[in-house]
Amino acid sequence: MKGSEMGSKKYDMVIKGGRVIDSALGFGKDAHLFIKDKKIAAIEPDSPAIQRVLKTFDDDQVVDASGKLVVPGLIDVHVHLREPGNEGAETIESGCQAAAAGGFTAVCCMPNTRPRIDSQETVKFVQDRAKNKDARVYVAGAITKNIEGQELAEIGDLVKMGAVAITDDGYFVQNPAIMRRALEYAKMFDIPVMQHAEDSFLSKGGIMNESFQSSRLGINGLPAVAEEIAVLRDIALCRVTGSRLHIQHISTKRAVEAVRQAKKEGINVTTEACPHHFVLTDDEIGKEFNTNLRVHPPIRGVEDRDAVIEGLVDGTIDCIASDHAPHSAEDKDAEFDRAPAGMIGLETTLGLVKTYLIDKAYLSWADAIRKMTINPARIFGFRGGTLAVGSVADITIINPDKRWTVKAENFRSRSKNSPYIGYKLSGKAAGTILGGRVVSSK
Amino acid sequence: MSGLSSRHLLGLESVPREDISMILDATETFREVLDRTIKKLPTLRGITVLNLFYEPSTRTRISFELAEKRLSADTVNFTTSTSSVKKGESLRDTVQNIEAMKIDMAVVRHSSSGVPYFLTQCMDANIINAGDGAHEHPTQALLDMFTIRRKYKKLDGLRVVLVGDVMHSRVIRSNIWGLKTMGASVALCGPSTLLPYDVEKFDCDVYTNMDEALEGADVVNIMRIQLERQQAGLFPSQREYTNLFGMNKERLRHLNRNYTIMHPGPMNRGVEISSEVADSDNAVILDQVTNGQAVRMAVLYLLSGRKEEGQ
Repeated sequence: MKGSEMGSKKYDMVIKGGRVIDSALGFGKDAHLFIKDKKIAAIEPDSPAIQRVLKTFDDDQVVDASGKLVVPGLIDVHVHLREPGNEGAETIESGCQAAAAGGFTAVCCMPNTRPRIDSQETVKFVQDRAKNKDARVYVAGAITKNIEGQELAEIGDLVKMGAVAITDDGYFVQNPAIMRRALEYAKMFDIPVMQHAEDSFLSKGGIMNESFQSSRLGINGLPAVAEEIAVLRDIALCRVTGSRLHIQHISTKRAVEAVRQAKKEGINVTTEACPHHFVLTDDEIGKEFNTNLRVHPPIRGVEDRDAVIEGLVDGTIDCIASDHAPHSAEDKDAEFDRAPAGMIGLETTLGLVKTYLIDKAYLSWADAIRKMTINPARIFGFRGGTLAVGSVADITIINPDKRWTVKAENFRSRSKNSPYIGYKLSGKAAGTILGGRVVSSK
Repeated sequence: MSGLSSRHLLGLESVPREDISMILDATETFREVLDRTIKKLPTLRGITVLNLFYEPSTRTRISFELAEKRLSADTVNFTTSTSSVKKGESLRDTVQNIEAMKIDMAVVRHSSSGVPYFLTQCMDANIINAGDGAHEHPTQALLDMFTIRRKYKKLDGLRVVLVGDVMHSRVIRSNIWGLKTMGASVALCGPSTLLPYDVEKFDCDVYTNMDEALEGADVVNIMRIQLERQQAGLFPSQREYTNLFGMNKERLRHLNRNYTIMHPGPMNRGVEISSEVADSDNAVILDQVTNGQAVRMAVLYLLSGRKEEGQ
């Protein structure tokens, strides 16, 4: 490209001087990234000619990314935005602000709101509320009516309205006949069926991982085998139906192994892991009975945590997702077994990935970015996930070695239920650009 | 005498040997008081103790209350079922309200593990755990240990078998930690469905055969079996439980000559323990009750007045 063609009039914005990483295109290179009409217009290495072009930009058209990483906007396929129904804990607006602050440009919200997202009206409601917010919100509809596990929801209707997947997240579709029909039915629309894989008979009454820690504390255990059985069953159903199965928040060694084998066999199964399943272990709970450590599936033992890391390393686990689950301080300030399960994650995921996966040399930046961009984009059919010229200009700028301390008062999320408060992390989003618009910068 | 290493008694898992010895030694003194005509001491005059019972309890609550009164403390009882509290204010609010009434010490029982710890985070009073979920019941284990020590003049080297619902028993957990710290050899026995996950990590001998468990034991501490465990499908019938794990006269032959039979009460006679065994000379079940008062007096005495900076 000749310098004379490159002018500020031709481009709306430039992100200059960063290291551009695109896992889909397979590169990491020092380059300037140009945006035009909300799309990626060019990625150019530095040169005297480009330098002359950069001088023609106005200051407010330039984002300086020197010493930073420039990556496709991060995608989180598992968040709870709590609206409608529990706006005290989170709203679509505050959830999107949290996403932008954490470096995410797109999220997929779960349908276990009140009312449930099991009809066109509720899908539409969420979509309307999400307009012009700081992140793209994709909607997962329910598999069954009212998430009761009894009758299929009007999945065709949901998809027509724009639902990108279906799930009864929070609950396992216990009846195998219904799950089989859901897989078969969803195949018509080519959407993934997301499963909260946890046999509900085995997990009934469980509060924390079943282990010596639960035995020691006298707290009811949630056994790993509940997840293993659920995953094996659904893989078997998926083998029969040839549908697309996505296992949510995988947390055990045996479940990871089951997915690994299924993939080898060619079954169309994908999976995601949450930071708390590759960072935390259940021996944390007895220290202070911190209710922010209560989550489903529960934080597990060292062996399971290491297996989740191994699954991330060898590619068995496709995505990193937060399972961002806001709960009010009032609800969480309770007895350990009475507090609701779940923790927020949108604003800590990136720092945890850097500190616990990249700094420990389990994943390269390119591998980590892949699991937070192009992999989820491909599985769920989202825009973005890549910086290929012509793609939507959803971009995250990462300060890779920024050291910071997690503080409750800094969360943009309406809820502060994070077990990582006080943690010292490395790596933070320095800027988030959504469709060519800067939605967060630090 | 230097004091205990903590200003609360939340459990025995992390209580050092010196502290347990100190409590048991102090218990001797208070136990003597209970044999006097006048059983009242001025030790806790001016101290207000709250008995916060979120779970139904008669024995433990009365035992604490008597211990408090015998030490001249002012006592106040807050008894409620958790279900009614659930509709109203949070645990933190309830507790802070009560503390605003200037409580010095609180004895707490709750069905959720960890509540005594929670209380240390929301009030300044000294906290004594009177049973939290299936986690710990430290004063019960201390009174069991005191009863054993009184008879054998030691705990070190004794073989103690804890029988019953190991999974759900806070009494067994506290006994495990306390007895092991004091050098006793601990065996656990119960149906495999009532043994907690990774039970071997408690580092005790584990049995599912009652006769084998009793072989060579000095002390057998038998736990009440709850009917609801059978309803939850954890064992097939009360009858079968009694056949497999009931303590009866026939099984006494496995024990050492100077054996001791214990039960924290309330007993299901004819279920986990036969009347013959419960009423025999070697049973110390009523001594446990008396000693329980003395242990609670000792704990109240040793913790009272201990402030934050003393930690």
